[in-house]
Amino acid sequence: MSGDLVMALLVLLPLAGAITAFSFPRWGPRIGCGVALLTLALAVRAALDVLRQSPLTGSLGGWAVPLGIRLRVDGLSAILLLLLAIVGLFISIYSLQALGPARGTRGRAARYYWPLWLFLLAALNGMFLSADLFNLYVTLELSGLSAVALVALAGTKTALDSALRYLFVSLSGSLLYLMGVALLYGACGTLDFELLAGQVTGPPGWTAMALMTAGLMMKGALFPLHFWLPPAHSSAPAPVSAALSALVVKGSLYILLRLWFESAGGGLTQGTLQLLGACGAAAILWGSLQALVQERLKLLVAYSTVAQLGYLYLFFPLAAGGGVRVWTGGLIFLSAHAFAKAAMFLSAGNIIKAAGHDRINDLGGITRVLPVSVFTIGLAGISLVGLPPSAGFVGKWLLLGAGLQQGQWWWVATIIVGSMLSAAYMVRLLSHAFIRDGTATAWKAVSPGFEWSALAMAVAAFLLGFTAKLFESLLQGVVWIGGAQ
Amino acid sequence: MSGTPHLLFLFTGALLFALGLRGVFSTAPPLRRIIALNVMSSGVFLVFIALAAAAEGGRPDPVPQAMVLTGIVVAVCANGLALALTGARRSLDGTGEEEGP
Repeated sequence: MSGDLVMALLVLLPLAGAITAFSFPRWGPRIGCGVALLTLALAVRAALDVLRQSPLTGSLGGWAVPLGIRLRVDGLSAILLLLLAIVGLFISIYSLQALGPARGTRGRAARYYWPLWLFLLAALNGMFLSADLFNLYVTLELSGLSAVALVALAGTKTALDSALRYLFVSLSGSLLYLMGVALLYGACGTLDFELLAGQVTGPPGWTAMALMTAGLMMKGALFPLHFWLPPAHSSAPAPVSAALSALVVKGSLYILLRLWFESAGGGLTQGTLQLLGACGAAAILWGSLQALVQERLKLLVAYSTVAQLGYLYLFFPLAAGGGVRVWTGGLIFLSAHAFAKAAMFLSAGNIIKAAGHDRINDLGGITRVLPVSVFTIGLAGISLVGLPPSAGFVGKWLLLGAGLQQGQWWWVATIIVGSMLSAAYMVRLLSHAFIRDGTATAWKAVSPGFEWSALAMAVAAFLLGFTAKLFESLLQGVVWIGGAQ
Repeated sequence: MSGTPHLLFLFTGALLFALGLRGVFSTAPPLRRIIALNVMSSGVFLVFIALAAAAEGGRPDPVPQAMVLTGIVVAVCANGLALALTGARRSLDGTGEEEGP
């Protein structure tokens, strides 16, 4: 199978699956899991190709660049494609039981879940394959629209209100981005990442960068534009919350990384990067403090996402002078968060299923009913806090090292304070589950299949740090990352 | 970029965009905010067209026009979803209960 075909199938397969699952709802679960499995095989194939002969490029239908659409996989895209495929497969397996067949009382949600989920996979795969800014706009919008529809699935007032709020933020964010695309095209005459490199200069270029960054910050929920995330992520069904927190917010971050480091490469100003880092630092502190005072489990997990995204924006000022080592740290951190957060939201879903609510204060004694789910939350929490030898630790360690080496001690201090705060909210959550004696006794049974797929992801978040070599060799092939060394 | 008509379109586009952005983040009812989104996207499309017309050599550049066409398709889909969500939310008004249809 040629590289062209692999790249085309990564988008086409989930797209075709989505349409089939919509037409034949009864087959939805089988199609969804089948497509997720094949996507993983394709992503592995693409990553192996990149390791051998980096990077992969191809044009759809043989049409060359200005008319055609160019697809490309380099080390950075390969890592994100793999991450998406693995987390996507686990979420699909969990959904198999969480949503069940498209009949009965939960039928409506189950019927629309599979097509929307596959559309989301297709959009995100397309995003990681795109080589130009306009194509990215289309995939950004597609992923946003399917994510909004997924949030609305529950059909309750809260779900619809959160979905509407999310929709307005998402659409205005992508329009800000599109305005930037228009200005960049006017100024540079191209939208290809590689061709743009070094051309983003002067007032039009910087206005465009500012507009696009603002739009992506909105969609990526970076403080102070994070206000829509906690209600949207917490009111969705468990597998949707997991997908949104683990994967969708990473899409905007990925585009920002490409924009700032690949396209704007030469003209980076330390001041702008420090500003992004400052927003990240504020996100870490604000998100962690909010997580500490939340009364509801899902809101706690959602605010923890706001905080953890902050670390990924701290990465910007550190990456500028860093090279492959810092990028390895940043991407391990990103992947660890994706696995840990998905595991947490799925386990939170189990707890809600068993208890009928997610009030942290009334969860005393849940350990006796759902030992595996509580263990999963604990294990994922270790990675979020960044205790050794979890992947969260490896990621933070590499970032801390870069901060010390570059003398940017203020980010080092933020990372340490943030880690202590996240340890505090994890301990608060777990102490309620373990120590307090349960008052309520009417726990409902949860089938073990729910617990094990979440646990598998928490274990992955724990062990991921041992694959740092793979991350490093994939990133080494990316010219603009290695070149910064 | 030469000629005042292009600049006129460019600034009108930017103005529409800013007005729309202001409207989306107001506290107006959802329908008015959806219309504000459309004003915003019209602004972006106008800027694209102005840049296409201002291409060198006197011939308009087809690439931004193709982008506007794609953008319009995306905007139609987004409008459909926004209106459907607003409608679904409105049908729950006054029911008091936290249950979907």
